[in-house]
This record gives sequence, structure tokens and C-alpha cells, in this order.
Amino acid sequence: MLLPEGASTIAPEVDRLFWIILWITGFFFFLVQGCLLLFVLKYHSRGGQKAAYVHGNAMVEVVWTVVPAVILLLLTVASQKVWAQIRSPRPITPGMIQVEVLAEQFAWNVRYPGPDGQFDTSDDITTINQLHLPVGRPALVRIRSKDVIHSFFVPQFRIKQDAVPGLPTQVWLEPTKAGEYELRCAELCGLGHYRMRGYVTTEPEEQFQKWLTETKANE
Amino acid sequence: MRHFTVRLFAAVVFLSLVTCHPSRAMAAGTAVEAKGAAGTAAISGKVTFSGSAPAREKIKMAADPVCLAQHKEAALSEDLVANNGALQNVFVYVKDGLAGKTFPPPTTPVVIDQQGCQYHPHVFGIQVGQPLEILNSDATLHNINVQPKENKRFNIAQPMKGMKTRKSFDKPEMAVPFKCNVHPWMGAYGHVLDHPFFGVTAEDGSFTLKNLPAGTYTVEAWHEKLGAQTQSVTVADGETKQVSFSFKK
Amino acid sequence: MSEHKRLGFVRKYIFSTDHKIIGIQFLFSSLIFMAFGGLLAMLMRWQLGWPGAALPWMEKVAPAGMPGGVMVPEYYNMLFTMHGSVMIFFGVIPILAGAFGNYLIPLKVGAPDMAFPRLNMLSYWLFPIAAATVLAGFFVEGGAAASGWTAYPPLSGLKETMGPGQTLWAAGVVVLGFSSILGAVNYVATVINHRAPGMSFHRLPISIWALFTTAVLTLLATPVLAAAMILLLLDRSLGTSFFLPAGMIVDGNLLPHAGGQAILWQHLFWFYSHPAVYIMILPAMGFVSDILPTFSRKPIFGYHAIAYSAVAIGAVGFLVWAHHMFQSGMNPTLGTTFMISTMVVAVPTGVKVFSWLGTLWRGSIRLTTPMLHALGFISMFIIGGLTGIFLASTPVDMYFHDTYFVVGHIHYVLFGGSLFGAFAGITFWFPKMFGRRMNEPWGKIHFWLTFLFFNCVMFPMFSLGLGGMPRRIYDYTQYPGLVHFAGLNRMMSMAAFCLMASQLLFAFNFLYSLFRGKKAGENPWEATTLEWETPSPPPHGNFAKTPVVLRGPYEFSVPGRERDWQLQTEED
Repeated sequence: MLLPEGASTIAPEVDRLFWIILWITGFFFFLVQGCLLLFVLKYHSRGGQKAAYVHGNAMVEVVWTVVPAVILLLLTVASQKVWAQIRSPRPITPGMIQVEVLAEQFAWNVRYPGPDGQFDTSDDITTINQLHLPVGRPALVRIRSKDVIHSFFVPQFRIKQDAVPGLPTQVWLEPTKAGEYELRCAELCGLGHYRMRGYVTTEPEEQFQKWLTETKANE
Repeated sequence: MRHFTVRLFAAVVFLSLVTCHPSRAMAAGTAVEAKGAAGTAAISGKVTFSGSAPAREKIKMAADPVCLAQHKEAALSEDLVANNGALQNVFVYVKDGLAGKTFPPPTTPVVIDQQGCQYHPHVFGIQVGQPLEILNSDATLHNINVQPKENKRFNIAQPMKGMKTRKSFDKPEMAVPFKCNVHPWMGAYGHVLDHPFFGVTAEDGSFTLKNLPAGTYTVEAWHEKLGAQTQSVTVADGETKQVSFSFKK
Repeated sequence: MSEHKRLGFVRKYIFSTDHKIIGIQFLFSSLIFMAFGGLLAMLMRWQLGWPGAALPWMEKVAPAGMPGGVMVPEYYNMLFTMHGSVMIFFGVIPILAGAFGNYLIPLKVGAPDMAFPRLNMLSYWLFPIAAATVLAGFFVEGGAAASGWTAYPPLSGLKETMGPGQTLWAAGVVVLGFSSILGAVNYVATVINHRAPGMSFHRLPISIWALFTTAVLTLLATPVLAAAMILLLLDRSLGTSFFLPAGMIVDGNLLPHAGGQAILWQHLFWFYSHPAVYIMILPAMGFVSDILPTFSRKPIFGYHAIAYSAVAIGAVGFLVWAHHMFQSGMNPTLGTTFMISTMVVAVPTGVKVFSWLGTLWRGSIRLTTPMLHALGFISMFIIGGLTGIFLASTPVDMYFHDTYFVVGHIHYVLFGGSLFGAFAGITFWFPKMFGRRMNEPWGKIHFWLTFLFFNCVMFPMFSLGLGGMPRRIYDYTQYPGLVHFAGLNRMMSMAAFCLMASQLLFAFNFLYSLFRGKKAGENPWEATTLEWETPSPPPHGNFAKTPVVLRGPYEFSVPGRERDWQLQTEED
């Protein structure tokens, strides 16, 4: 019923924010629904009692304006911290694995730069719909699209980024758990949108290297 | 006012009920066989490939486990298939020499099957107005994206195994590409002709064009990667002429 | 104004310039479109509940979309596109702004008619033309538009990816835009210039504040939508590249477009469509603000706060559009800006909700059908509003964006909010419009069934969203990770069918009461605003003599008076 298990370094951060918001909104949900129910039951005109002639109360009105405003401000600050962490550009470090995901109707073309670390060379390794990433190593995923807008969405990573033609985007992530996940296209891209499905495998470094070698050999 | 909106709504509903079935818009009146037009001559032969054929590429079927599961060994690309010098999937047809003759389309459909995430056949011919039955034998989504230049384009999805759709073409057109966007490697070519004299080379590179009227024809052999070659051939009634084509990279 | 020559049937009921007839025309048309949009949703729920199951009789209705009764994905895409477009453009906006805006504004400000009656008539007649254009897509080759109601290019902008149905869609929306603009011009002019003597802005009913703000929003935002649609039409038909970047490869062909920006469309579209969400909710908030005091027999709590919060929502509502685009590839810093503005817009919304609660507090509550719908509105709108906070937080939105969480959120706002508001409005003003009362017991049963089934359909959507189920997918079972939602989806579908069936009760009550309902007097609800001082239905020209307004709109239970309501014109 709740969020799927997180599998990237940012997942716990996003989940924590989610729970904070859920608690806050949950409180207000029960507060307002409770008052609504209580008032309707309590002030239901059965005996023909007369209603109070009240036009408002400045104090109360200020309180219910300021309190939510402060809470929302705090939420904004908390969100911004996580957002900056997820989306700020990072330098490309030697340990970082780079991978390009080129979306098209209705497949994900995945490309690794190969041993030389450069794209567009003969040792590039390409797959369709198969994205493998080593656990515990930061990855830079470059996202592009050939035709229409798609969206790169791996629920367990808590990551979503549109793939826009003419506008290359990128996300940074670091898988924390080995496993097999689904890459779901989250932006309507045509009749095959509903099953524009990729397969994400996160695995230990050695297995990942083995997979890369095998994939290259099979080309 | 109420009357108007009610009527408008009724009109919308009515229209939606009566719009005709587009896929049934097929050539009718094909019962009359091509009497007189057909003959007894034939052209047969072989298409060869000279030089060493490049290795066929392995298709990355891991993209869809349903596809992968249907192949014990990696499926190979079909865009250039040469076995021991014989070239497969060459479309051979009468290009010229039938002017003035008409050939009503047969009612039996040409079937193109999507099986193992490949098209069967990979290259085919079809007559103008002849039904084309598109069949999905895979338990996965295929969309059939057909982008001709002369004929009407269509792009339809067959999400379930066993789905069938009928289509047809109105005008002659060579090399109409068939594509599936879900499986980017899938491709086929359909050739729409206004006569029935065509064939596709088999594994041994052989082809036969049967029931030709006597005459002189330009015969073309077309290959998706290697281009086209033509030869002029004259056949008499009852005669079978041997013709061969040779392609190289 | 009372001397009018008798008009023939056509001029009186079809090409009428009377704001009341035009309002009723909008009401009937939008109800019909909503029923149609609902049926489209039922087909979608059928596919989602039982993916791939055949409905053999549907083959006759949609031979290409449901061959053998089995739905194909492209048809599903048309269904949700048209469901969204019909409900938003031809259902909710016309019923709130078109029907009630037209009907109520002159009556509530004490004017004999709108400022520009002929413009008003044109505004109505453009509306069915727009609808016919959009729906004509179902009858052209390739079918109706299928790129979602948001129509993101390049999918919507290329002939290669969307057929002529998309062109018709864009053209129809442009026409609808003109209809909205003409209506809005009228509302603004009428509220500013045609208020009765004594009707200062601070004596206007909250519904008028809301409709006025809505009209200003419409006036400022709709031209942007129309411009975007025209650019899209140019991209589609003349080969321009406003939204189409260089280097696109479709079906293996490199397209000749260059220089466009795909997300420019999203900025333009949401610059209209986010304010449009307020266009669809503010009037409903206004109706509720009229109905709550009436049936609590109590002045509204914090009149100024509620009135100005509507204006604040309208103003800030213009600064939040890009919160739909946090994951679109726009600069993440821009995401921060729009997160802040989005959080800000939640504050006046909260003020409204708390003020409504304040209105109920120590009231003398009469649970009539309109009151039930108004309470239902508050209850459901809270869920819509609170779930919006998840989506406002950029990192959390990264997970929920374009999942069923968003679908649940918009339905709590637009069905739970706008539509309950519309039901409240219809049941409240029906006696005024038609001079007869709707049946109360049936109305209450309809409310409770709708409330129950609505929650059964929409609440599980949050659960689907938490599970990461993307929206707009024809067959979620393609994802093994979503297969466990089969039972839930089936339950939602069954609830959806029940929800639709419950509306038959409303339709029956509506039609029956139209002819057979109990006669309503001038003021059946013992309310206070100007429309309740004239006969039901009001005559041409509305008021026998121009009303002179003496006080605010919600003077209930004034101490020392025998009656517990005091009309706006009533002498002390």
C-alpha cells in the first residue's frame, strides 16, 4: 500500500520528506474533517436553537493564516535542501559511471562509454531496455529523446526525469541495493506508452563488469 | 434550446453508430478470375551473392523477455541473408511489359505474422486491393507502423496474442516499410503491385513467376540493402525462362 | 426595463440574449457533456478493471477502437484525452463560469441583464461549435486526439505522431477560448458597472467575488492558451517549429524541423491551465460560501478574509504554473521558485477552509441537499488540497509526478471540489431557475451514493500512485510490479460504474422536478441575497424595480429580529 522499498541514496531523503508531509497533512485532515463532523452533529438545528450572530474574529483569523504559512515555509526549506542535493550539477569524478539513455517510441536505448570512458567511440556498449548499474558507485545518467517526450522513472530510485527531444537532461544517482527494478515511462508518448518498459539491474561491481563484457562480446 | 442540444447529442451518437468499419473497406468483386490476362509462361531463376557475406547481427532481444524466451539461440537480423552464395529475401517482379492489362486482386489475404518478435515474411508482395492480414502470434504488444508514400499510412497496435487486423493498399508502391516501435529491430517490406507476377527468393535464392502471358518483360530484383537490378526477358506460351541475378556488397 | 415585446420561441429560448436563458443553455449543455465525459471514463475503467476483456457490443460504436469489443491502446489514449478535454473544457468550466456566472451575476448584483447581452449570446453559441469541432475527431481518420488533455508536443505537434483529430482538437479549443473570453468580458463589465445602488464591493456575495476573480483570470490567461493552440496548429499544418526542436527522428526519418522548444508549450499551456484549475474551483468555493451561511443561519465567518483570499488565490495562481514542470527538464532553480509560490497559494486556500468551519461553528445547521453537497465539497476539497502539498514539494513530486497520485489529486479537486460545488449550486438555485423545487429525499440519496462511490473510486488512486503506477497507461499489468493492484483496480471500476449509475438518480430528479416539482416561492431557502427577492423564475429584466442595497449579503440570525434572515434590501 505504501512506497516501494528504496534503492538509491536519495530514496531515504525523499521518503523522509514524504512522511513529514504525510504526518502534517494527516493532522490537518483529521482536524478539519473532525471539526466538520463535530459541528454538523453538534449544531444541527433540531430544537430550532438560534445561531450565534458572529461575523468573525481577527485573532483567530490571523492564527489560521500564520500557522499554516509557517508550516509551509518550513516544508519549503526542507524540500529545497533535498532538491538541491538531487538536482545540483556535480563534477564528473573518476569513480563515476556514465550512461546514456536515449528514449524513442517505444524503447530505451542504453549506451555505456566502454573502457575508454568516451562516448561515440567504437568501444561503446549498447543495449535496448537493459540498464545495469553497479551498487555503491555514483552514476550520471544522461537522458535524451529521439522523437517525443518520454520520462525516465525508476520508482525504487525515487527518480523521474523527462526525456525531451532537443533538451538533454541528466540525473545523478547511486544505487544502494542489488536488485531488479522496472523502468517505467511516465510521460505519455503514444500508443505504446503503457509498456515502454525497461529493466534496471543493480548488482555488485564485478558482476556489472562481467555483464558489460558479455554484452560487448554479443554485439 | 434543450431540443437543439438533445438533437446534437443524438446526432453524435447516431454518427458514431453508423460510421463504417474502416478495416473492412476492401476490394469487392474479385470473383471474376483474370481470364485471358493470365498465361502459361513462367520465369524462374536464382539470385546469388558474390563475395563473403557479412555475419548476420545478433538481435538484442533482451529488450523484451517475451521475445527472448521464444528463441533458443540469439535471433539474427534479416536485412542481408546469404547462404553459400544464395541471396534470400530478394523481391523479384515484373516491372514493365504488362501495360494495358488488368488483374483483379485475389480475395485470399496475404498474411504477415509477428512471431518471435520478427515479421514473417520479412519481404512480401501484395496486389492492389488484396487483403493483408496482420497477425500477432506473440504475447506482447506489437504496433504495426506502416508509412507508405503513395498509400494511406496507418499505425495500429495489437496488444494481445492472436489479434488480427485486415488492411489493404489502394495504389501500387514499392518497398512500403513495416515497423514495430516497441521492438526497434523489427522491420519488413511490402511491395504493392497491380499484377500478380512477383516472388521472393527462398533460402536457396530461387524464385518463380508463374502464369505469365507471353511477352517481353523487364524483370527487377530488389534487395533492401543491395539495391535493384533489371533484366529484359521474353517468354512464349508454355515456356519457362531461366534468369539469374547476382548482387555484391 | 419591464416593457418588452413578446419574442418568438427561437429568440426567447434559442438565440436569446437574456442572461438567465443563456445560463440555463450552458447548464443543460454542460450536463450533457459531463454525462458523455463520464461514459468515456466508464470505458477506461472497464479496460483498467479487466484489461483486454471484450465488450462485444462496443465494436458497433467504435469499430476501429474496439475491434471485436477488445480495446486497443490508441483508443484508450483517445478516451482519456477526450475525457479530460470534455470534462474540463465542456463540462466543469461551462457549468461553473458559463451556467452559474451567467445566471447569478446580474441577479446577485441587482442588474436587469449582462452588460453586453449579444456578446453573451455569441459566447454561448461558440461553445457547441467548439465542442462539435473537438468531438468530430472521433469521426476522422486515425481517430480523435490522443495526446492527453495537456497535448504535449512533439507528440501532439507532429502529423507523423497524431492525426487530424489533434488538429480539430486544437482548433476547437481556440474557439472555446473565444467563448470564455467573451463571457469573462461580460462578467467583469457587469460586476464593475451594473451593481445596484448600495451594492458596494464589500456587500457582494462571496459567489460574486469568486466569479469576478474567475472572470479576470479567464480574461488574462485564456489568450495565452489560444496563442499556444494557434502555434501548435501552425506547427502541425504549416511546418513551423515553435515547439519542435531540431534532430527529431520519427519512424527512421529525420524531420526537417529546427529551432523549437518542446517545453515552451508546457509553459504556455500551464500558464493558462493552472489558473484554469482555479477557474474551476473558485466559483464552487463561492457557491459553498453562499450556501453555508444560508443553511447555518449564521453570517459567514470572516467575510473579508474569504473575499480577499479568492483574489489572492487568483493572483498567486498566476505564479505557480511551472509546478507541473518540476521534472520537465527546466532549470531546477526554477523549480525552487515555483515550489515557493505553490506553497504560498496553499495559505489563502487554508483560510477559506477554516473560515467555512468558523461559519458552521455555533450555527443552526439545516442539512438540506445543497448543504450536504457543500459539506461534501469541503470534505473532499480538503483531500484535494492537502494532497497538493505532496506535489508542491519538488523532491516528493519527483516520485509522484505523472502517477495515479496526481490523478487522484485532480479528481479530488475537480470532482470532489468543482462537481460537488456544481451539485450544490444546481440544487440550491434550481428553485430560482425553474420555479420548482427538487425532490429532497432523492437529492440526499444521490448525494450519499455519489459521496460513497466517489471515494471508493478516487481514494485508492493515491495508493496506486504510492506504488508508482504511471497515469495514462492502457494496461498496467504489463508491469509485473503493478500486477498486485489488479484487485484494487477492479474494485475501483465497479465503484466507478456505481458512481455513474448514481447520477441517473440526479438526472431523473432534475427532469422530474423540472415539470412536476413542488412550486417554489420567491425565497424557498430563506436566504438573504438579491436573487431571492424576485419571483422564481425571475421575469425578463429580473427586478420589477431596481433594488437598493442596504447591507451585506449574509445577515442571518440578527439579534432582536423575529425572522432569522434579513434581505439585503430589507429596511430595519
